[in-house]
Amino acid sequence: MTIQLIDDGHTPETVGGGPVASTAAGRARLVWRRFRRNKLAVAGLAGLVLLFLFAFFGPSLTHWKAGDNDFLNTQTGPGSDHFFGTDDAGHDMFAQTVSGMRKSLNIGLLVAALSTGAAGILGTAAAYFGGWWDKVIVWLTDLFLVVPSLLMLIILSPYFQGANWIVLIPMIALFNWMITSRVVRGMTLTVREREFVRAARYMGVPAWTIIRRHILPNISSILIVDYTLNVGAAIVTESFLSFLGFGIRTPDVSLGTVINDGSTFAGTDQWYLFAFPASFLVLIILCVNFIGDGLRDALDPNSTGVSAR
Amino acid sequence: MTANLVARSGSGSAARPAGSPVLSVKDLHVTFGSEAGDVRAVRGVSYDLHPGQVLGIVGESGSGKSVSAMAVLGLLPDNARVTGSVELEGRELLGLSDREMSKARGKDIAMVFQDPLSALTPVFTVGDQIVEALTVHRRLSKDAARERALELLDVVGIPDPRRRFKNFPHEFSGGMRQRVMIAMAIANDPKVILCDEPTTALDVTIQAQILEALKSAQELTGAAILMITHDLGVVAGFADRVSVMYAGRPVETGAVDEIYYRPRMPYTIGLLGSIPRLGTAGHGRRPLTPIEGTPPSMVDLPDACPFVARCPIAVSACQAAEPELLPAGPDSHPSACHRRADLESGTIPIDEVYPLPVIPETSLDAVPRAERQPVLEVKDLSKHFPLLRGAVFKRRVGTVKAVDGISFEIREGETLGLVGESGCGKTTTLMEILELVAPQAGSIAVFGREAANLSGRERMEMRKDIQIVFQDPMASLDPRMPVGDAIAEPLRTHGWSADRAAARVSELLKLVGLEPYHAARFPREFSGGQRQRICVARALALSPKVVILDEPVSALDVSIQAGVINLLDELRAKLGLSYLFVAHDLSVVRHIADRVAVMYLGRIVEIGDVASVFHAPSHPYTQALLSAIPLPDPRRERERSRILLPGDLPSPANVPSGCRFRDRCFKYASLNEAEQVKCRDEDPTIVARPGEADHATACHFAAALEVV
Repeated sequence: MTIQLIDDGHTPETVGGGPVASTAAGRARLVWRRFRRNKLAVAGLAGLVLLFLFAFFGPSLTHWKAGDNDFLNTQTGPGSDHFFGTDDAGHDMFAQTVSGMRKSLNIGLLVAALSTGAAGILGTAAAYFGGWWDKVIVWLTDLFLVVPSLLMLIILSPYFQGANWIVLIPMIALFNWMITSRVVRGMTLTVREREFVRAARYMGVPAWTIIRRHILPNISSILIVDYTLNVGAAIVTESFLSFLGFGIRTPDVSLGTVINDGSTFAGTDQWYLFAFPASFLVLIILCVNFIGDGLRDALDPNSTGVSAR
Repeated sequence: MTANLVARSGSGSAARPAGSPVLSVKDLHVTFGSEAGDVRAVRGVSYDLHPGQVLGIVGESGSGKSVSAMAVLGLLPDNARVTGSVELEGRELLGLSDREMSKARGKDIAMVFQDPLSALTPVFTVGDQIVEALTVHRRLSKDAARERALELLDVVGIPDPRRRFKNFPHEFSGGMRQRVMIAMAIANDPKVILCDEPTTALDVTIQAQILEALKSAQELTGAAILMITHDLGVVAGFADRVSVMYAGRPVETGAVDEIYYRPRMPYTIGLLGSIPRLGTAGHGRRPLTPIEGTPPSMVDLPDACPFVARCPIAVSACQAAEPELLPAGPDSHPSACHRRADLESGTIPIDEVYPLPVIPETSLDAVPRAERQPVLEVKDLSKHFPLLRGAVFKRRVGTVKAVDGISFEIREGETLGLVGESGCGKTTTLMEILELVAPQAGSIAVFGREAANLSGRERMEMRKDIQIVFQDPMASLDPRMPVGDAIAEPLRTHGWSADRAAARVSELLKLVGLEPYHAARFPREFSGGQRQRICVARALALSPKVVILDEPVSALDVSIQAGVINLLDELRAKLGLSYLFVAHDLSVVRHIADRVAVMYLGRIVEIGDVASVFHAPSHPYTQALLSAIPLPDPRRERERSRILLPGDLPSPANVPSGCRFRDRCFKYASLNEAEQVKCRDEDPTIVARPGEADHATACHFAAALEVV
């Protein structure tokens, strides 16, 4: 229940009044209530929903497609036909931004969910079960840490050449979980020794339930912070891979590639090639951060400002 | 060596005019700025401390007792505003710069802290730290300082000081570290020694040693001692005068006998009524009188008696103004209560200030023990841990015999107290029982069913019947889980539906004296006593037959403790529970238990019904343990002679041959050669005392001795 809250915190379906809040025990409802008291967090959540809607329904606002070239109107500024202007190849920036955002939102949120989720599960399992679990997971973590991740991605990418861009998501996540996993393992080692964990064990609560119910909420701050940082990092990594020619290829675009292409124009009179996609990236990261902060405070009973009065 | 010390201090005290106080505190106020507003931690403390006098300051946590001592030493953080006057031999200390203060600190005023581990620097040897304490305040050659340090270690009772001088703090036990702290405190013949809960972190037998060491240190230096503690027993035997603090103010001060025998403030009366006592005759089930409620917040205190909300005899005047500290009558001591005159004249009898709670009896109490069913049987339980060395290849270098063959049984509706000092194996025993698996050696049976033979499903079923309440209520509740969920957790684990569990949670909250709407709150919104009630509720959720209580009240303040003890007593009667009550506090065990087992170094050395064990203890360790407990009764405390055990509990990795108690045993020392050989070579088994129904001892030379 809580892991869902942490990992799916970005989707309105799970956090909202949907199935989790109504069937789960008191904590989910309490956390949701506390979350709602935080105005910024609610604004972030609403913002993210709007961004999603925009990414999926934005294309119907214009007749241009991301791959279309309007050779009659190259390098025009924002106007009634091309909302965000066009570049020198006559690409409609609005269509490009919207289409790029759809991919980047998915990549950012999913990569972060995967890597933070893996870090949480592996880190807590290593520390909680100890013994061979610990040995194998720590060994695996260290292995991934010493392997240069970018190199691996570049080596592996030819194998996924023709594959769907979705493959990028697990690929980026695969090289992104290790450090958090070690931190989580360390934190779990201390939480595991607390008496409430022992009390749960003597009640007969199964190990994975203890991890989910007691350990994860108590280390949730780090996971949430990690998640919010990972969203931005994943979008940037993807654009970097695309820049090197291993990520999303033309005619497909992502927010990263669009920004990358536009970055050279940032200080020129074609500023709109950079400013529009970049501000959407900032908006995404901002919303995720607000939600993360709100969730962290909602889960932490020691935080001030959201307690019931 | 010691004569040297006496002579020096003697000349010092003679130079002072008799009768003038060495430390005089007047109208001390301490205020901390905080986001919620100003916290008035200390609100007008005044006292005079004369040379050689011991003043005890008693109060619960948050009453401002430690803060007032820190203010005297000038050790408060910068956000504290201190007003009033603190005079040391006529010299004002408040307002001195830190540099000037440093000259007085450690020289004229010394301090002994509660936690001796954090008070000593781990990276310097003990000897170096004492030498440092000496040389910062006077010019001494290296050799002279060393000699003096050795002398001091000897004075505080550290054996073989020459060897121990070079040891690091971690090589010392808690008691030894506290002795080192005392040695450092008296290093410069201070005029005043402030002791902030000096024995709270220590076991009773070690506490007795430390109090003795403090007493001899005081006799040597002639210093005045300010003893800050929450333990009314420690103060009764040690202090000359007592000041009871509540909500940042002294509410009653006077000679120790006055306070204990003629209290004139309901708070003091409540405190005295809420301590379980060792000496109560007969069955120990006199209910304690808890003080309901919690101390007020120290922010924005209204002009009313701060105790009014918890006071059973409050009148409208108590709401109107805060009472002054005034004598109740011409020959009475000062107390801060509007109704002191009524208490003085006897209009309100002291015994009847607090209504005596009624603890229900159960039908089981009438059934003789032999006819009741055993619910938990432990036979020859052992738990040994291997002691491993080496980084890559671990090799076994020894065995820690944490539990080494103990047997007991608990019958229906019965409470067995398991008593012993830290390191004796109590907690390991509990953990072994709760794992519900086959122990390394011996057997554990619940309702006659061997834990070793259980299938996974049966073990899960059995967990319903055996539950635990831990010592620290904060640590045993998940801080991020609303208490309702915490209480429902065992129910949900055992397959209750959410609705049924929710109904049961409300029921349980009411059972332990809380409100159903509390379920949606987080643990941190509750006080310590309330949190322990929540833990009890969680333990009772599945209607267990046996509840294991691991020091359930030792982390709580005295007045809160009484409420929890009464609750446990009441629930036992109401629900027909059996308790395994683990504690180091024998008075609590005396109060709540039917039978008691005394553990020493992984063994039970004495077991029996409380009356026999407490009135005729026959193992020397039990005798020493009982005699080490300070009684909250100054007269009896003065008349008692204490059995002081030498040294510390030996390590369970290195158990002495024969009787494991012999090298600390006072009886062993008085035996002749042939008898001593028996103690050395033969491990005594636990045998029933002749002529007593339920009393057994593991001692070759057991003999009853009344010590309480």
